[in-house]
Amino acid sequence: MAGVVTYHDLIARNQRRSALLVVAFLVLTNATLATMAMALFGGNAQVSLGIVLVTVGMTSLVAAWGYYGGAETILKMSSASLVAKNDDPELYNVVEEMAIAAGLPNPPVYLIPDSALNAFATGRDPHDARIVVTSGLRAALSRDELQSVVAHEMSHVRTNDTRLMMLLTILVGLVVLVSDAYLHGARWGMLWGMRGSRRKSDGGSLGAAMLMVSLILAVVSPVLVRLIQMAASREREYLADAGAVELTRNPEALVSALRKLSGDREVLEVANRATAHLYIVPPIKGWEERSKGLFATHPELANRIERIRTLAA
Amino acid sequence: MPGVGAVLVVLVAAIGSAALVAALAYNRLVALRLRTENGWSSIDVQLKRRHDLIPNLVETVKAFARHERETFEAVTRARQAAMAASGVRAQAQAEADIGAGLDRLLAVAEAYPDLQASEAFGRLQEELASTENKIAFARQHYNDTVLQYNTAIQSFPTYLMAGGLGFEPREFFEIQVASERHTPAVRL
Repeated sequence: MAGVVTYHDLIARNQRRSALLVVAFLVLTNATLATMAMALFGGNAQVSLGIVLVTVGMTSLVAAWGYYGGAETILKMSSASLVAKNDDPELYNVVEEMAIAAGLPNPPVYLIPDSALNAFATGRDPHDARIVVTSGLRAALSRDELQSVVAHEMSHVRTNDTRLMMLLTILVGLVVLVSDAYLHGARWGMLWGMRGSRRKSDGGSLGAAMLMVSLILAVVSPVLVRLIQMAASREREYLADAGAVELTRNPEALVSALRKLSGDREVLEVANRATAHLYIVPPIKGWEERSKGLFATHPELANRIERIRTLAA
Repeated sequence: MPGVGAVLVVLVAAIGSAALVAALAYNRLVALRLRTENGWSSIDVQLKRRHDLIPNLVETVKAFARHERETFEAVTRARQAAMAASGVRAQAQAEADIGAGLDRLLAVAEAYPDLQASEAFGRLQEELASTENKIAFARQHYNDTVLQYNTAIQSFPTYLMAGGLGFEPREFFEIQVASERHTPAVRL
């Protein structure tokens, strides 16, 4: 059996990476905040310790919120709304069919009102999973093609890719967004202005702390964006394509669905840097084309189709 | 004399690791058997759903096509037979008969444009088509788990303990040759 990668292995690997991600998030945020505290209150050990304890507590709460509330947050960020069976029996049935084929609980289905063609799955585990499609995709695909796309998402659920991707979006996305805003503010001098009015007595050491944090964030933030892109590796997408074919036994439908999805040039408005990696095809086309190559979040269409065809042979 | 001590250590280690391997193998067999049972119950749920759809479908078609009594009776009989059937093989056969009956019912329905146009019939057709798919996918999932379970029972080292501990191979859910791979031609 050596060399054979089972679903069990994939799930275990995702669990490890998820745990690692949470630890990295806690270490990074606390190191940054502790640096600030030390610079500000370096002379007073008790105050510094108190601040560190508070930040550890707060960042842990954020991590817990990301884990338990991440899926809901991502749905809100994407303005997705729940589809009841009566709203669209066919879509609902297709999702249930794929859940049965994978032997997983039947996940709720959400619709993003956007004419771009795309889909993703999220959730901390198969019981918390949700499948999301755009209304453009719903309208453009045949039943078989829709089934293939849902099957691709269901394989992300089955291997628990959804947990890692969700944590990446929430935790790393949060750090990236905050540091972007911070660096932006620092550059334009807004924070420096605010500092003057808030803490008049401590100006010097606060300025030093701000500078240090700016430096840390300026170095770390691009690395984090790369991290998001790398975790959403080509391998993960190839595996989900293969898993989809295993569920539907219909490689041609997946190929024609991917063709339609990639042929669509429309940009999905609700996608951003933190959520782009979740989708079955890149939602932000221009950006994806520029970062083509080693760090692209999705393999190129031709490669994907070739691999799917190899499965069929 | 280091000889006796060393032999003892090796012996204990060998027995210990054999026990560990046996325990892991046993747990794997139990997990696989549980999965085949879950797979079977998920087929069962879908078959029941199909049985539940039939009276509704028959009533809807009857409203437009009164004179097709024979077809209605055939489907209804097949449904009753399927609900009474037990065991993997008998059930598969009975379900194949239902499938043949539904085929005929839908063929009859083709001759009635008013029926085809009715909203209730459209909804039932989607439900029926999807239920057929769900049965097919549940069967596929069940057969995959059975394959894994049966392979585990027949391969070394689990083979050594499977028989003694009552792990019997399970039957695949296969629809018999005549009406094989049959899904009523439902047009969407």
